[in-house]
Amino acid sequence: MSEEKTSRRSLLASAGAWGVGAMVGAGTFVALARGALRRRNWVWQIDPAKCTRCGNCATHCVLSPSAVKCIQSHVRCGYCERCFAFFAPEAEEFTSAAENQLCPTGAISRRPTHKLPYYRYNVDEALCIGCGLCVEGCERFGNGSLYLQVRHDRCLNCNECAIAAACPADAFVRVPADRPYLFKKGYA
Amino acid sequence: MRRLLPAALILALLAPLAAAQEEGGPRYTPELGPDYTFPQPSAPQPKGTSHEIFDVLMLFLFLVLATVLALKVRRRRWLPVLALLALFYFGFWRGGCVCPVGSVQNVTMGLGAIAYAVPLVVLAFFLLPLVFTVFFGRTFCASVCPLGAVQDVVLLKPVRVPLWLEHGLGLLVWVYLAAAVLLAATGSAYIICRYDPFVTLFRLAPIGKWAESLVRGAEPPGGTLAVAARVDLLLLTGALLVLCAFVGRAYCRFLCPYGAVLRVLSLLSKWHVTITPDECIQCRLCEDACPFGAIRKPSSGKTNRAAGRRRLIALIALLPVLIGAGAVGGYFAGRPLSNLNHTVRLAEQVRLEETDPAAGPTDASDAFRKSSQTRQELYAEALDLRGTFVVGGAIAGGFLGLVVGLKLISLSVYRTREDYVVDRAKCLSCGRCFEFCPIEKKRRGKLPAASAG
Repeated sequence: MSEEKTSRRSLLASAGAWGVGAMVGAGTFVALARGALRRRNWVWQIDPAKCTRCGNCATHCVLSPSAVKCIQSHVRCGYCERCFAFFAPEAEEFTSAAENQLCPTGAISRRPTHKLPYYRYNVDEALCIGCGLCVEGCERFGNGSLYLQVRHDRCLNCNECAIAAACPADAFVRVPADRPYLFKKGYA
Repeated sequence: MRRLLPAALILALLAPLAAAQEEGGPRYTPELGPDYTFPQPSAPQPKGTSHEIFDVLMLFLFLVLATVLALKVRRRRWLPVLALLALFYFGFWRGGCVCPVGSVQNVTMGLGAIAYAVPLVVLAFFLLPLVFTVFFGRTFCASVCPLGAVQDVVLLKPVRVPLWLEHGLGLLVWVYLAAAVLLAATGSAYIICRYDPFVTLFRLAPIGKWAESLVRGAEPPGGTLAVAARVDLLLLTGALLVLCAFVGRAYCRFLCPYGAVLRVLSLLSKWHVTITPDECIQCRLCEDACPFGAIRKPSSGKTNRAAGRRRLIALIALLPVLIGAGAVGGYFAGRPLSNLNHTVRLAEQVRLEETDPAAGPTDASDAFRKSSQTRQELYAEALDLRGTFVVGGAIAGGFLGLVVGLKLISLSVYRTREDYVVDRAKCLSCGRCFEFCPIEKKRRGKLPAASAG
């Protein structure tokens, strides 16, 4: 490690290393200039327009149960008496008895509103596992008022979302952290 | 069957309605009166950036401590303690995300994708260890990186990897880096994160999540994390842990793509650790000190200069050939590689279904047909991406050719070493060799000698 060893070789090596260093530096500078100054953070979210209710959300999240839950957008809901998200297709009678329900965890509750025959359906997030069975029912035969969203009180915000990698519809997108939901709107 | 009948009837009745809806027709809305208030969905917000800024501060603190311990205190004793703390904080507490190793991909994607701006926190995670390495060597690897700490914990009986194998496998990091950069720049995948072998461990014991739920008084996040379901990842983790018991820091040395960058930058470091700052007496005691093969012996002194020069000239002449071969290889590898991209794969599938009626639809192609995107748009996008892959593959291949060529040149260049020295690129500044060096012991002995006598 003495001075006289600063040879041609070490000079070349350090020149090469400085080259790589300069490349990395330039790269980061461009990255900075291209948007980091916007101070933007990203979180994962599901684009409900792309979601196909395949069921991967329930099984591929690193969390168990998944960070994805079903959202009920009441403004969009039909308040149907015979809800395709609530009742299983093989239901014999339309009561909230467990065997008639579609939801595997019984996370959807059904209450009559002040005006019959309209019923209000609520999703209990603590029970919901994000399987999307109800979403499929409502999307296919109803108003599409139930849909899946990543809940940010649970999401770990992995650098690569495990569900995003498994999503067949490429419905997982990075959204700005200050607007972390893609909520559905009501029908005007 | 009788049960299904009413449902089938309803479906049949509703079919026209469903069709109307798909065309954007009117939906059924109830008349609940003006007094009815619609409940709003709750919107729990993501954790603020203050948490992440604290992480950056912690990273800085750990880097400073590791550097001081390795370069100034020069004792092995405290470095593993710091490594364990880092393992606990960055690994088990924070879940190992985001880490400097993975941040390579975010930075690359920030360069590649218009829509993605690298968050400042991620950029800080990417840059801080690099900056420290330029000045002080890889102290980050010594006791800040939680992935390194896991491997150090399981290191039982290090075996010496033959030099040829060490050099050969060392090239893998560049292959991994090139692949990760290519896939991140095209927005295809974050393979470093997807195949991170140790993050599974951190997620099996999400201490941070449990503690947080205790503090908040909320419910713990439902049992364990679901990584147990990823048997492939657990097998990878297990296999690497077993390997790391005998091959010290196998991931760091032969796989870590961030380590590839650190290696090069470490060559520049002005204040890199030395086995001893005093004069080496060539006692050979440190020969077996390094479990990572980063100590170089003094040169034997017998060389054929003429043959060496001829070989060097031949290798320098070979360099453009290697770069060219790499570029051509990468050019042809770009096409198969592009199938790792979701859009390209989808386009392939859709075209297959169009031409071959026997090919059934997949979830992805089903999803595509329900979307508003036309086939032509999809094909155009996929072709565009494939073009990027082919060009990117050629660049990555050429780069790998350059790396191989430079490696060969560096191996063939004769260098005179009179003492045992650390290989700056490979040295992780872990401080194990300090404890083997008698000069170092003497140097330390002098300090307490004044008081102890």
